[in-house]
Amino acid sequence: MPDQAPHSASQRPYLFRDQPAADDWQLIREGQPAAGAPAIIPLSEWLEGEGGEERAPWLAADTELDDALAARLAAAPLVAIDFPKFTDGRGYSLARLLRERHGYEGEIRAIGDVLVDQLFFMRRCGFDGFSLREDQWLEDALRNLHVFSRAYQPAVDQPEPLFRRRERERSQATREPAFA
Amino acid sequence: MYRYDTHDQTLVNERVAQFRDQMERYLAGRLSEEEFLPLRVQNGLYIQRYAPMLRIAIPYGMLAAYQLRKLGDLARDYDRGYGHFTTRTNLQLNWPKLETVPDMLAELASVQMHAIQTSGNDIRNTTTDQFAGVAEDEEVDPRPWCELIRQWSTFHPEFAYLPRKFKIAVTGAAEDRAAIQVHDVGLRLWRDARGEVRVRVLAGGGLGRTPMIGEVVRDDLPWQHLLTYLEALVRVYNQFGRRDNKFKARIKILVKALGIEEFRRRVEEEWAHLKDGPQTLTQESVERVAAHFVDPERRPVTDEAIAAIEALRGENRAFGRFMTNNVHGHKVPGYASVTLSLKRSGHSPGDVTAEQMHQIADLADEYSFGELRVTHEQNLVLSDVPMDRLEALWHELEALGLANPTVGTLADLICCPGGDYCALANAKSIPVAQAIQERFEDLDFLYDLGPLELNISGCMNACGHHHVGHIGILGVDKKGEEWYQISLGGAQGNAASLGKILGPSFSREAVPEVIDTLLKVYVSQRSDDETFLDTYRRIGLKPFKERVYA
Repeated sequence: MPDQAPHSASQRPYLFRDQPAADDWQLIREGQPAAGAPAIIPLSEWLEGEGGEERAPWLAADTELDDALAARLAAAPLVAIDFPKFTDGRGYSLARLLRERHGYEGEIRAIGDVLVDQLFFMRRCGFDGFSLREDQWLEDALRNLHVFSRAYQPAVDQPEPLFRRRERERSQATREPAFA
Repeated sequence: MYRYDTHDQTLVNERVAQFRDQMERYLAGRLSEEEFLPLRVQNGLYIQRYAPMLRIAIPYGMLAAYQLRKLGDLARDYDRGYGHFTTRTNLQLNWPKLETVPDMLAELASVQMHAIQTSGNDIRNTTTDQFAGVAEDEEVDPRPWCELIRQWSTFHPEFAYLPRKFKIAVTGAAEDRAAIQVHDVGLRLWRDARGEVRVRVLAGGGLGRTPMIGEVVRDDLPWQHLLTYLEALVRVYNQFGRRDNKFKARIKILVKALGIEEFRRRVEEEWAHLKDGPQTLTQESVERVAAHFVDPERRPVTDEAIAAIEALRGENRAFGRFMTNNVHGHKVPGYASVTLSLKRSGHSPGDVTAEQMHQIADLADEYSFGELRVTHEQNLVLSDVPMDRLEALWHELEALGLANPTVGTLADLICCPGGDYCALANAKSIPVAQAIQERFEDLDFLYDLGPLELNISGCMNACGHHHVGHIGILGVDKKGEEWYQISLGGAQGNAASLGKILGPSFSREAVPEVIDTLLKVYVSQRSDDETFLDTYRRIGLKPFKERVYA
């Protein structure tokens, strides 16, 4: 095991759809000047701007995602959801609502205090982009994305609850002839 | 008793591997203290006052003999030879070594146990009626529903980082023995005219710093919708519960702030989207789980044998006392539930030694189909004892010191670990419990007082449920000194109520004398067969207060 994170300490590791990837987007926090394209900017600024393929919004954890907002977000090239602290769980609900209820199909990216030990749950809730905190290790992240092989509850990654799967398995078992 | 299939077993095994990895990263300095904390507490691991503490889940209080034996092994091999049963029906080991906890979890997984979500800001261990499935007054057996909730809440991807902890209690009996009115969510299962199970859903109850009685969100939820409704309710809490102040983060604060009407409206609005979705329960899914909770094959007990036991009860005073206090009615004639008292002078309430765990496991195999229950009053129950074996069981329990015939009396008090162990405590609670037990040892006096619940918490987190004790004792810190505030009139059950504070708090030494004075007021004021609680509800706080502070 190397004793240092295998990437530059100033850079945030980035995963997209379970693979390490290059991150072209620049994150602009509130009050920061808008930099060059492409940029992820505060939701309020994005709503006032002209959109396009080089501007994406980030949602604060307390964003109330109603139908009107979801309709606007449908045009965003990606939607980022901020975790001000890794213990703030509101982003999980936001991602599910955006994906499951409002059918957003683009990248939903976790930003902020994003740590490897929360990735499994985030992924289940519909996140497919992870901008990890600078000190996180990619190898830990990749392992933790799939730390459990199954789940009881339906979510974005698995629309079927385990009890339904059990029903299928049982009915298959009864249909298959027993070996003599 | 629910038995894991390969899916359940795989999940707990993967959990052990996950935690082992997290522990290694922590010990290697790659996970900070602050970042390890929520991960370890979701596996029941606390760093306490003197040592780590491991809180092991006993889902809805159901325990198989082979599991209790394993708990005894763990207490002996990894700890100091004893464990503590809590008011959440879990077992706490107080002296494990941090680095051996992954091994302990692996041992637990080998008997289909775990420590998942026994702490943390997540959905905790669901609790229920200790007589579930055998109670005479039961309408719906809550155990399959508890197991369905256990599965739904285990590793729920959306609800691992709620504003605060979240506790669910379930009952299906006429008398509420699960304290559903003082839980974040309380569920009362009942049957409609067609015999279909429906659920009354309460929310916003709780003890702790701001005690509240829960309010009804929905009275008649059809069973198919239990999980989607819970998901909607917890989602509303996850999004709108306060996160700015830990002391205002429980769901009760949200329900109070919104008002029950608005809270209900939000839950129903959310539920409208989830209703009839994939998580809607099917007959088959419920039956698969319910098949684990079928009645054991009970041999018939003859009327003669039952009559003989009743006769012995009259002849042998000690046995009669045990029968009256520790033996409870059963839905099947000829059978009884027996409470093993974990309360006696000189012992911490709820504590059991490793040796006793092994002995009790043997008794469960011998007398009660290999199953036990843990009660939120910190006792154990053998739920299926044939009446013709009661005398033999009584002798065995006497020999083990577990037949103390004081269940339901003042001596059967509830007590958290307090300042002797717990890092959160403001004051010690065990010495107070022991001083009260020593002072009021006389059985005739205890019986004369009748049903009396005395609950002690070492801080306002209220693990000892002091708000719902007929007499509640709360340890408080005043300028670095330990003081005790006393409240009266709390109650669990159908007519739940929160105690009222008597007045200024007392030193530890003064507490037994104060309790004595309170009891004297009761004895002098009661009419006929009024209980302590009845008398308090009739005459109020004033007469007690006047005597104590005279």
